[in-house]
Amino acid sequence: MPIVSLKEVAKSYRKGREVIDVLDGIDLDIEEGDFLALMGPSGSGKTTLLNLIGGLDNPTEGSVVVGGQTLGDLSGKGLARWRSRNIGFVFQFYNLLPVLNALRNVELPLLLTNLSGAQRRKNAQTALTIVGLGDRASHKPGELSGGQQQRVAIARAIVADPALLVCDEPTGDLDRETAEEILDLLGILNREHGKTVIMVTHDPKAADHASHILHLDKGQLVEQAA
Amino acid sequence: MIGQVFQITLLSLRNLPSRLGSSSVIVVGIGGVVGVLVAILAMAKGFEASMSRAGQPDRAIVMRGGSTSELSSGMGPGEMAVVGSWSEVTAASGELYLVADVPKRSNQSLANLAIRGVEQDAFEIRPEISIVEGRSFVTGRTEMIAGRGAVAEFEGVETGSTIELRNSTWTIVGMFEADGSVYESEVWADLATAQSIFRREGGVSSMRVRLASPDAADVLSQRMEDDPRLDLTLTGEDEYFKSQSQQLTTLIETFGYGVAAIMAVGAIFAALNTMYTAVSARTVEIATLRALGFGGMPVVASVVIEALLLALLGGAVGAAVAYFGFNGWTVSTLGGSFSQVAFDFAVTPELLVFGIVWAVGLGLVGGMFPAVRAARLPITTALRGE
Repeated sequence: MPIVSLKEVAKSYRKGREVIDVLDGIDLDIEEGDFLALMGPSGSGKTTLLNLIGGLDNPTEGSVVVGGQTLGDLSGKGLARWRSRNIGFVFQFYNLLPVLNALRNVELPLLLTNLSGAQRRKNAQTALTIVGLGDRASHKPGELSGGQQQRVAIARAIVADPALLVCDEPTGDLDRETAEEILDLLGILNREHGKTVIMVTHDPKAADHASHILHLDKGQLVEQAA
Repeated sequence: MIGQVFQITLLSLRNLPSRLGSSSVIVVGIGGVVGVLVAILAMAKGFEASMSRAGQPDRAIVMRGGSTSELSSGMGPGEMAVVGSWSEVTAASGELYLVADVPKRSNQSLANLAIRGVEQDAFEIRPEISIVEGRSFVTGRTEMIAGRGAVAEFEGVETGSTIELRNSTWTIVGMFEADGSVYESEVWADLATAQSIFRREGGVSSMRVRLASPDAADVLSQRMEDDPRLDLTLTGEDEYFKSQSQQLTTLIETFGYGVAAIMAVGAIFAALNTMYTAVSARTVEIATLRALGFGGMPVVASVVIEALLLALLGGAVGAAVAYFGFNGWTVSTLGGSFSQVAFDFAVTPELLVFGIVWAVGLGLVGGMFPAVRAARLPITTALRGE
């Protein structure tokens, strides 16, 4: 059973009187443990597709089922709770909270659980160690390099142990060397920790780290390459 | 849910130092509203308190029928004799009430100083009167004692000075206090001497009477109504002063609320602008928290709580400024009998609480709209920082 299943998914936006079709007739199954790269030109609908899978947005038509849960069945509150338990987000610009140190940033998703403060901090420290930043726990984002900040963001994404990581241009703001380190880290999380990774990227070299590559153009899947 | 509210609010507050300038707009704006509102209401409260302190339930004022104040009232010796003979009246003082133009200390402009000619019973009826400087006047002499408020407000009524009134020279021989009541705004003299100098022989403006019990007022009122010789009305002293102060108190309060309302509109816009800016600066941060699973309601609550805390701080600052700047400040204004009434601003605990409640209300309105916007903005849009 695929971890992600999209059936005839369409997404359109209204801009004034104009209706803009972003996605049209998407049928897609993603198997558990996959590392999928979503590629395509700007405006092709990559991020929109990623947002639908991550439960940040709802399709105009069709159904999105993730981990056996049909997302359209959930209320806004239910969807928020579901995201906190099942999805780890990695953003292009890291989206760390500047007033919190690395440990506190990583701890954030655990604030939505019933774990004790001590257990939360222990888990956050473990996540930081996994991404190689165990010794940077007390550093605030402004005191870390871009690559280190993205590692903290990845630690935050995995700390609640979600099955699925959705990464929107995770290396888009990094130099090549640092980007390779981040992609290697995502690969390790995929292979050694069993995380399913879905990554939007413009960068073919980044996409090469994935086990599958999907191309989107004008809102439709145009090619599926292994 | 409460845990989420607490955590997000904590984050907002930790963010405050980076928004110190814009946040202080709320504090200053709301502080100004509360300060002005409390100060103006303190003026009304002080005036009202000064007037009401003069009234006692077992004291009544007798005036000519239809008169609304002592200045427009008049009674003859016959009427005084009848009222003074009633068993329900345990003490009575015929009193002549006049006003004279005397320069104010503040700007030398002429203002109405209230002059009260009294009989000796006046002191028995009003035990709160105490001579705090010099001595009391002597019957038959052109001597006066001045209330503490009158001394503070008018030139030439301090103990030992003389004052020219109606071509007569009066010597101020003492100063009295009257528990901070309106009497402290008056100067008192011997009734007979005042009647003679001011050419009101035999006549008085009113009578002050002490009643055997507060219930006697109704009995005496009915008796006056039934007696065809008398065209008098008897009013409880507390009720009389209440009616004297009501018009001005209402005017001050209306003015205060009007000014505060206008300022409040400005403060609300300042709060809205500040909180919209705060929310806007944290759009991506808030969207990230929502993406991670934090709910919309905790976001609303955290923004509102931040606005409320800033408003509370502003309210406290405004209330403190009003208290330390105005409480006990003595001013004077024209009272119900066309005389200057000196009174102290009274910034009471109730007014301080009222000011804080206003601040909270303004903070609530100023925080609610930006909060709802922050929570309703689609996460995908907000993540792009739009």
